[in-house]
This record gives sequence, structure tokens and C-alpha cells, in this order.
Amino acid sequence: MPSVCFYFQVHQPVRLRHYTVFDRNDQYFDDHKNGLICRKVANKCYLPANRLLLDIIRRYEGRFKVSYSITGVLLEQLQRYSPEVLSTFDALAQTGCVEFLAETYYHSLSFLYSHDEFVEQVNKHIEAIDYFFGQKPRIFRNTELIYNNDLAAIVESMGKFDAIITEGADHILGFRSPNFVYQPNGCNTLKLLLKNYSLSDDIAFRFSNRDWPQWPLTAGKFAGWIGNVNGNGNVVNLFMDYETFGEHQWEDTGIFDFMRHLPEEVLKHPDNDFQTPSEVVQRYGSTDRVDVPHIISWADTERDLSAWLGNAMQSNAIHELYRLEKKIKRTNDEKIITDWRKLQASDHFYYMCTKYFADGDVHKYFNPYESPYDSYINFMNVLDNLHRRCSERPAQSTTNSLIGVESQNKNPPDLQPAN
Amino acid sequence: MLGWEFPPFISGGLGTACYGLTRAMDQLGMEVTFVLPKMVESKYVTHVKLLTPGSKTSASPFKPKDLKNVRFRTISSLLQPYSTPEVYQQRVEDILRQKQKVRRDNAGSASPLVISKDYSNDMYTEVYRYAAMAAELAATEQFDVVHAHDWMTYPAGIAVAAISGKPLVVHVHSTEFDRSGEHVNQMIYDIERQGMEGADKVIAVSHLTRNIVISRYGISGEKVEVVYNGVERNGSWFLSETSIDKDEKIVLFLGRITMQKGPEYFLQAAKKVLELMDNVKFVMAGSGDMMHRAIEMAAGLGIGHKVLFTGFLRGEDVQRIYKMADLYVMPSVSEPFGIAPLEALDNDVPVIISKQSGVSEVLMHALKVDFWDVNEIANKIIAVLKYPPLQMTLRSHGSFEVRKLRWEDSASKCVRIYKEVQAAHLEPAGVV
Repeated sequence: MPSVCFYFQVHQPVRLRHYTVFDRNDQYFDDHKNGLICRKVANKCYLPANRLLLDIIRRYEGRFKVSYSITGVLLEQLQRYSPEVLSTFDALAQTGCVEFLAETYYHSLSFLYSHDEFVEQVNKHIEAIDYFFGQKPRIFRNTELIYNNDLAAIVESMGKFDAIITEGADHILGFRSPNFVYQPNGCNTLKLLLKNYSLSDDIAFRFSNRDWPQWPLTAGKFAGWIGNVNGNGNVVNLFMDYETFGEHQWEDTGIFDFMRHLPEEVLKHPDNDFQTPSEVVQRYGSTDRVDVPHIISWADTERDLSAWLGNAMQSNAIHELYRLEKKIKRTNDEKIITDWRKLQASDHFYYMCTKYFADGDVHKYFNPYESPYDSYINFMNVLDNLHRRCSERPAQSTTNSLIGVESQNKNPPDLQPAN
Repeated sequence: MLGWEFPPFISGGLGTACYGLTRAMDQLGMEVTFVLPKMVESKYVTHVKLLTPGSKTSASPFKPKDLKNVRFRTISSLLQPYSTPEVYQQRVEDILRQKQKVRRDNAGSASPLVISKDYSNDMYTEVYRYAAMAAELAATEQFDVVHAHDWMTYPAGIAVAAISGKPLVVHVHSTEFDRSGEHVNQMIYDIERQGMEGADKVIAVSHLTRNIVISRYGISGEKVEVVYNGVERNGSWFLSETSIDKDEKIVLFLGRITMQKGPEYFLQAAKKVLELMDNVKFVMAGSGDMMHRAIEMAAGLGIGHKVLFTGFLRGEDVQRIYKMADLYVMPSVSEPFGIAPLEALDNDVPVIISKQSGVSEVLMHALKVDFWDVNEIANKIIAVLKYPPLQMTLRSHGSFEVRKLRWEDSASKCVRIYKEVQAAHLEPAGVV
């Protein structure tokens, strides 16, 4: 009787333009390239996948359900470059079978560096989701599923969430299975949903791999694997990037057909069903506590932070960025603060990763730069200019500058209703 | 092996490559007979002086200690790597003038004022005279494959192969298009083309060069293989601490100061860097036909006091300059391979290399620029000097990466190619 719980991560960073040490203006972002990529991904993934899922949801009349976490920076870009995607997401929201999760608005690593900034960004994202889709998220996922006990404690203390989502990493579970609901160590009410990385990655990474013994993966075969969980689990958490559909796995791999037939195959077994994370949390109590003193994530085989903070450049760039926090916020300048926040996207640090660089793997595929070094140089040049702007601008009213920022978040001026 | 220069007197990448490759072949147990030109006049003595047994014409074989399976044969000739017909002409005239002077001084003694048989009047003739002598020398040697390095030895390679009936491999370290841009010397081009056409296999030092061989010389792609150069690990060099003020950053250009190496882009970038940073010195180590222009240009840009010209460096001086440098820049307009950046990395100096270089095909942990993009070169120079984490990451990954580029691998590839051409010739190994 396992429930299948889908959660799709939907995100595109705001990429920087080529910015040299000789540049002096405050136009940091490559609007042209961002628009191009946004429209491309919309056409290859977001639009066809949204239409497909909308179809399935209507066909199964409430028996097929999914959840999404869409970053604030993507919502802004969709509004600007591809508003039709927003309307299809809205249509999904209207079905009642789709749940939206909360995360940091800027897809940032702020939890690791500034708790104040982290909380502000989560609140800003909750408002954005409410604004676009009329939902107040009750489930939290942190950027890249980065997680430890401290994160759970902060999220619980915010008083807004029922559960938190992270990676079902072997070393935190030991002999235990990710297919149950757990509770974070030190929390009283907050629950923990863990990704079944094996089954998730079968779809997200291995689906089109012809060297994989299980290739080709059919909906029937996959439903069988889910059925195997019967008797030793309550829920199969399939968490993956939404771009899996059509972008990471191209349409011609058959990924859309796979998804089209999966509900039918899963629901063939009367004990199986699809649930949103909130439903899972309501239905199942926690079976055990999970202690995660050290930080985990869903990245690479290491499941740690090394993809973003593994080398000296990455750690230098992010430290310099957060070191500016007070100065930035003291300016009370909305443009400066937003620019600073957009620089917090974890993607900027991922581009600087030298791990596997020489092997030309997945890191390279997602990298708009020719090398990690180019991305660091570009980032530092931008940061340098941002720093200069703070210094040039005398601090305005120094009283309650943080609250000033907070109040801007109430009505994000950059968000307009989708048509 | 028809090659060039051996340590300690090496004037550039060609000599380094011949040495590295031959040493690695020696370690693989290949027997190599290494034929190289020997300078005639003491004024122009280089390496060979050290190595020759003193016989004036071609001759007796000798063996440096560390090479067990390599025999050296020298041919008296004025040929030098990186020479041009004009330079050659100049040299011949100098020698004649000197001889005349000697003759006047020793008036009465019987020194004939005729062109010696050790060199010809012009370079083209000399190349063919060298070929004839190589063929003569080859008659006394046993070998299975002929391997010739760069154009001046191609005619010799063709001659030796023709006389012995052994297969010919020509090794393209650079082409006339790299050296002269679009102003190619037709006679040199013709010699290069004949060499490539006459060869059973052509080895190019990079895909960049392979493409030139195919598109500009009309050689069929199947015949052209890429064998990357390696780098010789130096191990630890114990140098006395230099007394440089480390508040001053040093950006290094090391190579021949010729059109091909892009010295003017280095200087233009230096000018831009100095607009934003003051505590930087730019060192140009090397000599070449653009050296005077480069000095004038530095002065013209108003950065003369920030640019130091060291002239040609060798041996320990090279190590010393690497030790002082914070960054190595190679803005080559056209660089078939480029061994110097590997040596810089081997000495823990991060590098900026031009995308128009063969070495950029093998180096990932290097900063890459278009040679003409002076703004970007300056941008990257400043970044390296300004952000220690960048320098640190480049250095640590770079020196690791460079360790993987070994001459043994290059030599093994050559051996495989030898076997292929031999099989095609249906013959059994040894190399001239």
C-alpha cells in the first residue's frame, strides 16, 4: 500500500553577463541569455510537462497528485519571458491535486551563512506562492535539499511548517528505509520526508542510459519496483528536478510517454495511490527520529556541500558575499539588495566547481561558463562593483533598515499578476 | 630520428620536444639514432660543441650517460631551429667576413677563400645539402623507421627513406602558417608539403595543427595523427631565495619575441592592467625579431618602467624567473602546441593561454583567452593577482593536471605509429 509522492524542483538561475573588472555599470544580469534559456526550457519541458500532468490529473479525477517547488527567481523570469507557463501552473494549482512547497526565494545557501537572511527569503517565497497560486505552503525544502538538525530546528521555530524534505542519504538512515515518515532529532511537531534516491534517480538520471542493465525503463517495470515496497514502507518519495522531463531527458527518450503511463500502472494495484507531501504527513505518523548533525544534500555521489563549497574560490566568493550583508541592507536601496540576493543563488557557486571538471560531466552541461575559473572571475568582478555601490551610497535612515527590507517583501513590486 | 638541439642548449619548444620524446623512447627501450646539425663556427657554437668528439665533418657517434639506447650522429651545418632564410644569409656572410679577416691576419698561410663544404650559400640549398649528407650517413646505420622533425629535416627524411626503403614519419611541431601568418614563404611551404606528402604518417602536435595540415597542405585526414607533447618533471630545484620585493607582482611572458607569440597583445594588456593596479611588473623573457619593436612599444604606451626585458634565458635562470612569477601569460597568435605553459605549471605558476594554441586542448586548469582580446587578458591578469583563492586553485589543480602529461605517453603513441607504418611496409624496430 505505498503512496507515491512526487515533488518536482523547478528553478532557473538569473545568469550573470560577462562582466570584467573594467565594467562600471550595475547591469549584472544577462537578460538576453536568461530569456532565451527560459523560453527554451519552457518549450522543451515546462509547457509540455505541465500539459501532460494536467491531462493526467483530469483523467484520474483526483487520484493522481504531484507537488512543486518553484523558486521565486524563476517565477519572476517566467512572468517576464514565458507567462504562459505561469498560467499552466496556475491551472494545475486550480485542480486541487497539486501542492506547492516553500523554499528560499533566491535558491540560496543562506541557511549556511545568515539565519536572518534565510528566514526573510523563505517568507518572501511563501508570499510569492500565495500570490501566484493562492496556497500557503506547509512543507519546506531547502536549496539542493541541504539539511541538518539545525535547519530542522529553525524551520520548526518559524511555526509555519508541518514537514521538511531532504535526501534519504544512506549514512543518515543506516539500515532504515527512506519509505517512512520520520522526525528530525530535536523537533516536536515537524516531520521529515526522505527522498528515495534509488527510484528517483532511476527516472532522473538513468532513464535514457543505454548502459544501464534496466534500460529501457517502462512504466510497468517501474510500478513493479514501487510495488516491491509493499510491506516495508508507507511512501515512496520521488523527488527530482522538473527539467528531467524534456530537458535532462529529451523527449525522444520517451520520458513523457513513461510519465503518461505511470499512473495507470501504479494504480493497477488497488493498495497504491498518489499523495501530496502534506497528505503523506497527515496520514502517517513518524516511525523514528533521524539525527543529522552534519550537513547533507542531494548533490553528486558525496551528498555533501562540495559541489558549491568544495574549493577555495567557492568558499571565498560566498564568504565575501555574505560579509556584505549588513552594508547592503543598510543602504535600504531596493535594487542593491535585490542584486545582492540574486547573487546568492547556489548556481553561481556550482559553476565554480572544479570537481570532475576535467571529466566533462554533468557539472559542465549546466555551466554557462567555459571554466570554473571564468565563473569565479566574473562573480568577483560583479561583487566588487556591488560593494562599491554600497560605499558610494551613504546609508539612508539607519533605523530599522531590516524592517524596511521586510516591508518591501510584503508586496513584491517585481511581481505582477499572471494573465 | 632527424631532430634538433639537446640540453643544456635549447632555444625553444622544438628542442625540448625532441629531447623529451627521445628520452622517453630510450626508457621504453627503443633504439634511436639521433641525427642533428652541428654548428661550424665557434662563434655560433651551441650544444653540439659540448657533445661532439671534435671531428669536423659528420661523425663519430657519442652517448650522453643517461640515454642508454640513443646514439648521436652530427652533421656539420648552419641550420638552426627557428631560423629564416634572411637570418641564414646573414650568418653565412658573417662567417665569410670572419674568414677573410682571419686570412688577412694570417696572410701567407694557405687558407682557401671558398665556400666550405660545411654550409651552403642559402638556406634552401643548405637544407638539401643537409639531406644529402644525412643520406650518406644513413648508409652506415641500421634502422627501421625514419622520423623527421619540422621542415628543415623533411628533405633529409625523404632522402634517407628513399635510399633505405624504410617508412617515413614526419612530425609537425609548427607550420609556415604558424610562423608567418598569411605571408607564407612559398619555398618553405613547398618543402613542408613535400615532406607531408612523402611521409607514410604525419604526426601533428595538436588538433589545431592537424587541421592546418589537412586544410592548408591538402593531406588526407587518415594519414595525420595527433600526439601531444609532454612535460619533463623537474623535481625540486634548490634555489637561493631571490631578493624580490613581494609587494610587487610579476607577470611573465616567456618565449621568442616574434609575431607568432603575440608580444604586442601582452603589452597592450599590461597597459590596461596598469590602469587599475600599480604594484605589478611585466617581465618579457626571450629574444626574437620583434624584441626591439616590443621595447619601443612599451615605451610608446608609457609603461616602459613597468616592463622588463631579460633577453634569452636558459637553465637555472628559467627556474628562477618562474619562481619569481605570479602568473604566466602566453598570448600566442598561433601556437601549434606550446610546452612553456606546462613548464610554468610544473613550476607552480598559474597560466593564461591563448585559445589559439594546441596546449589549450589538453589543459583544463588554465585561463583561456582569445589572443586579440586584450581587455579579457587584462581582466584575467587582474583577477589572478587580486584574488589569492583563484591563484591557489589554478596552481594546485594545474600542477596535478600537468603531471598527467607525460613524454612516455607521447613516446608510446609514436611507437604505435611506427608499428603501423612498418606493418604497411611489411618490415620488422630502431629509428633514424
